[in-house]
Amino acid sequence: MNWEVIFRQESLALYGEGIVTTLWLLASSLAVGGVLAIVFALALTGPFVWLQRIVGAYTFVIRGTPLLIQVYLIYYGLGQFEWIQARWDNTWPWTHFKEPFFCALFAFSLNTAGYTAEMLAGAIRETSVGEIESAQAFGMSRFQVMLRIVLPSAMRRTLPAYSNEVVMMLHSTSLASAVPAMLDVTAAASRIYSDFYLPFEAYLAAAAIYLTCTFCLIGLFKLAERHFLVHLAARTH
Amino acid sequence: MSAYYSSILYGSLLTIAVSLAALAVSVVLGLLGAAAKLSGRTALVALATVYTTIIRGIPELVLMLLVFYGGSIGINTLLEMSGSGATLDINPFMAGVLTLGFIYGAYMTETFRGAILAIPRGQFEAAAAFGMGPVQIFLRITAPQMVRYALPGFTNNWLVLIKATALVSLIGLQEMTYLAKQASAATRSPFAFFLFTAGLFLLYTWASLVVLRKLHAHYSLGTRRGTL
Repeated sequence: MNWEVIFRQESLALYGEGIVTTLWLLASSLAVGGVLAIVFALALTGPFVWLQRIVGAYTFVIRGTPLLIQVYLIYYGLGQFEWIQARWDNTWPWTHFKEPFFCALFAFSLNTAGYTAEMLAGAIRETSVGEIESAQAFGMSRFQVMLRIVLPSAMRRTLPAYSNEVVMMLHSTSLASAVPAMLDVTAAASRIYSDFYLPFEAYLAAAAIYLTCTFCLIGLFKLAERHFLVHLAARTH
Repeated sequence: MSAYYSSILYGSLLTIAVSLAALAVSVVLGLLGAAAKLSGRTALVALATVYTTIIRGIPELVLMLLVFYGGSIGINTLLEMSGSGATLDINPFMAGVLTLGFIYGAYMTETFRGAILAIPRGQFEAAAAFGMGPVQIFLRITAPQMVRYALPGFTNNWLVLIKATALVSLIGLQEMTYLAKQASAATRSPFAFFLFTAGLFLLYTWASLVVLRKLHAHYSLGTRRGTL
């Protein structure tokens, strides 16, 4: 074991850059994916059957295929279309599809949106009848019931399942290293491995970083659950 | 052009082989892990807890790279130290199967533990009172019932495992994803090849879902469900 190489300033800087990329990728894809997920969940539970079918097919495909292939489809695949090729040099927003970070972000957001939408839709369907009825008795419109009662309650109840999804997403960001020119934690480890031929040390350090991030995320979600799910906790006297 | 498609189709056999072999490893590890966690012996419980906690906190890809690149160096260093001139190469298939099996073994441990806990305790006591040994209890009482409780979690783990086999392409195993990437580099239609591969994965996950649903119905025979 040769840990000195890992703790050299250059290596630490490389890992540091990797952590920033990984966390930034995670946060931005969760943000974009979260907004999409709410829209998709509303479509899945809404009154329009055709919309349910379309979004249902979308989540089926997203959840049934590997994320790596989704990343490849967007990063390598879109270049096949001359229509996009003609635009990605100068026409916004197509210019973004030449950037590795944007492609990874795009793929990850669409992916997490598919999984989160199904979770949220499940929670929306499970909302207790009494809550909805009393909201209607107060004279709230369909829109108001959704916005004030169902969504806030469903989002809170999704929290435990969502924490799993976030941890999965953190791990999925390691696939960004499959896209050339992306320097996340895994790619940083790969670079140190190929520079010094020290696979154990390089990847173990990456594993330790991911493990720390995972525990921090789980801890944050425990705190959030304690805050947002108080009303569902077992009563103690 | 069609030669590329048929090569990807052929590569799907390797995907199926990797996933099934990894599943076998993970089920064995899962059963051992669940047994350790439920054994009540401090050392075994601690060992199993460390296993499931650490494995589930690290990305599959990092573990796979660690096993593939680190494993062969580690084993060869050990062989060198023991004085034998033999060298062992970890091939991508072995690394993929072992890593995926090891990772999903941790998830299976939790699934199986929950399934065993769902069986009423009294049944084990009754079986013990009949003079059955631990093996007999497992085969006659635990196994037939835990299948039903474990199947939903098992199905989830299996679907995630199938999708994780795509990662083995990154350490050079020539399964569908790898072949699709090669085909798309050689031709000008990457989208078509990746879409075709995605379709094959979808077919595989969908077919598994159908089979496992049948299995679940079979193992749920004779159980009553309450209706609201």
